[in-house]
Amino acid sequence: MTPATASPALSSPSLSPATPDKRLRIIDRTMRLHGYASHALIETLHAVQEAFGYLEPDLMRYVAGRLKVPLSRVYAVATFYHFFTLKPPGEHTCVLCKGTACYISGTAEIFRKVEEMLGIHAGETTADGKISLMTARCLGACGLAPAGVFDGTVVGNLTLDTVVNKLQAWRSHDADHRESAGDRENRNRCR
Amino acid sequence: MTLTIENLQEIAKTETDAVESYRYRINVCMAAGCLSCRSDVVKASLEEEIRRQGKEKACLVRGVGCLGLCAVGPLIDISPLNVTYQAVQPSDAPEIIGSLTGAPVSRLLLPADQPFFSRQKKIVLENCGIIEPERIESYIAAGGYEALYQALRQMSPRQVIDEVTASGLRGRGGAGFPTGLKWTTVYKARQAVKYVVCNADEGDPGAFMDRSVLESDPHRVIEGMAIAGYAVGASRGYIYVRAEYPLAVERLRRAIKQAKRLGVLGENIFNTPFAFDIQLRLGAGAFVCGEETALIASIEGRLGRPRPRPPFPAEFGLWGCPTLINNVETLANIAPIVRRGGGWFAGIGTEKSKGTKVFALAGKINNTGLIEVPMGTTLREIVFDIGGGIPAGRRFKAVQTGGPSGGCVPEQFLDMPVDYDSLREVGAIMGSGGMIVMDDGACMVDVAKFFMEFCMSESCGKCAPCRVGTTQLFGILERITAGDGSIEDIDTLKELCDLVGATSLCGLGQTAPNPVKSTLRYFENEYTAHVRRHHCEAGVCAMGKAREATT
Repeated sequence: MTPATASPALSSPSLSPATPDKRLRIIDRTMRLHGYASHALIETLHAVQEAFGYLEPDLMRYVAGRLKVPLSRVYAVATFYHFFTLKPPGEHTCVLCKGTACYISGTAEIFRKVEEMLGIHAGETTADGKISLMTARCLGACGLAPAGVFDGTVVGNLTLDTVVNKLQAWRSHDADHRESAGDRENRNRCR
Repeated sequence: MTLTIENLQEIAKTETDAVESYRYRINVCMAAGCLSCRSDVVKASLEEEIRRQGKEKACLVRGVGCLGLCAVGPLIDISPLNVTYQAVQPSDAPEIIGSLTGAPVSRLLLPADQPFFSRQKKIVLENCGIIEPERIESYIAAGGYEALYQALRQMSPRQVIDEVTASGLRGRGGAGFPTGLKWTTVYKARQAVKYVVCNADEGDPGAFMDRSVLESDPHRVIEGMAIAGYAVGASRGYIYVRAEYPLAVERLRRAIKQAKRLGVLGENIFNTPFAFDIQLRLGAGAFVCGEETALIASIEGRLGRPRPRPPFPAEFGLWGCPTLINNVETLANIAPIVRRGGGWFAGIGTEKSKGTKVFALAGKINNTGLIEVPMGTTLREIVFDIGGGIPAGRRFKAVQTGGPSGGCVPEQFLDMPVDYDSLREVGAIMGSGGMIVMDDGACMVDVAKFFMEFCMSESCGKCAPCRVGTTQLFGILERITAGDGSIEDIDTLKELCDLVGATSLCGLGQTAPNPVKSTLRYFENEYTAHVRRHHCEAGVCAMGKAREATT
């Protein structure tokens, strides 16, 4: 799944005392709620990713210090769990489900074509920072297979055309026109 | 102020009266499936239309949980007319509201007498699609938290466990361990601090039962956990839920907050010394965390890696304390068992598998969605009667149960009753309840490869048989599907499967070979066709094309 909000890549370390980042407060709050216990590590990393979009190295150091756990363990947890990402997400995120039902319904083919079209693999972001391509193990939306998540919205009954249209709409300048052709077609397909 | 049964009854009455004061109640499915077909927009447009037609006093629109038939969402259900509409669009609102007093809108009508609805028996899902999951009052009006009251005020912990034991309930997470026995072990443990953990890390691809229960009826799971806590002597519970289910997480958070505010969680519940508190823990996308000891490690904020058992979590679990770990569906069965007695539950199902089972039907089947049937229902009834058969006139080939730990059940077993033991006999497992139906367009070698790829990348890497074995198995399967396999490869596959299954540390590795083993058992001819003739009958594997391209 994608983080709820895609934040732009950070140009400066968010921890500089001169410009305290408001998002840090959310992280502090999570740690405080758990009494700065070391077992709050995963919960805290969730908060970091939700606020910043990814796990920035400086923030991992910060969390390690506050929770008094070795940085190696923070890094281990951050890389062990698939949900966490160490790279900033693109402006838009496309998650394609690779669960069994979606696989049987042909996501593999869609996925291959999308990788080709964007020139990236799963877990990567296009060079212009526009689109991140991800896979999900199972969205639990098997009734709508093949399914995907486009910028946080689950869309079912995908076809190659609907996916390509969506991605092309993101790529072009009028990317913010939510009512794209893909949207309309999808809604009709739901019928 | 402590909550009394009178308070509970009063809340139920107020809620029922409020709902029934409306002549028409329009229930819109707000579970993830229908939401992704924009049922929220449908709900808003229905509300707006009611205002426009000035029918606010007669019509109530409620957002309810899963109505089951995800294939034709968004679904809406109108009581007391007993009318269900399918694939409703926002633009249909005027017609639907306008037709309330007359004949129903026939083009949207979903026939109510079809087997999909009439063949089911609902215990776990009894409230799904009927109550509003975001309001505790709605759950209470459906008899919610009465079982907790009954357990706390009229039964001893031992009596509660006896009822659960008598019910014959077995763990719904997949392994089918007798729930009563598990509870007894934790009950008998001497330590003062104990925990109850709800395993909602539904990682099996193709399974969405737990998601639907959590989204449609979160309080039922909370009530089940509180009863479990009372029975085993725990005062703290954790729900470990997938972060990939944001709606379920949100509804659980809300439900826990409501339960605390009302007093069904917290100190002195129902004026007894019993205290119980529940916290939510988010998973982070690791399939192995469905394994008990890995799940515990993850709640403790560590890498989700399993450890050898024994000691079992029932004796040495979370932070070294005795811990009861039950699956969502298991806990959702508890309140009805306490309310209606273990004997009632034991009267449903087969000799060794009691009660009902929720299945998520998906894949090549007409009625994809969520169903609940008594144990012992045959596969044929599930796939062809309830599921409506295979679409596009294709032929049934196999049904896959149990996800990456399960197997494929071929056509000759269609008349087999579905329960824990018969599924095991044919090389599959009950699993958590995902059922993926495959038609003749599926290549079984490719399916085996798909699951092996899953197990390979989800292996935590702790033990060599799983870490190395799944990679080797995947490599061989990849070779075979690419048309480069040899006949010896099939023998190596069989040998490796036995080795990985016998020597892996945890359930993930031990069951990882199952999809390969079961497809080899029933579809070995497909493997040999790939190897000998470089031919994929289903046309899925691209070996022919690759060969042509190179020559």
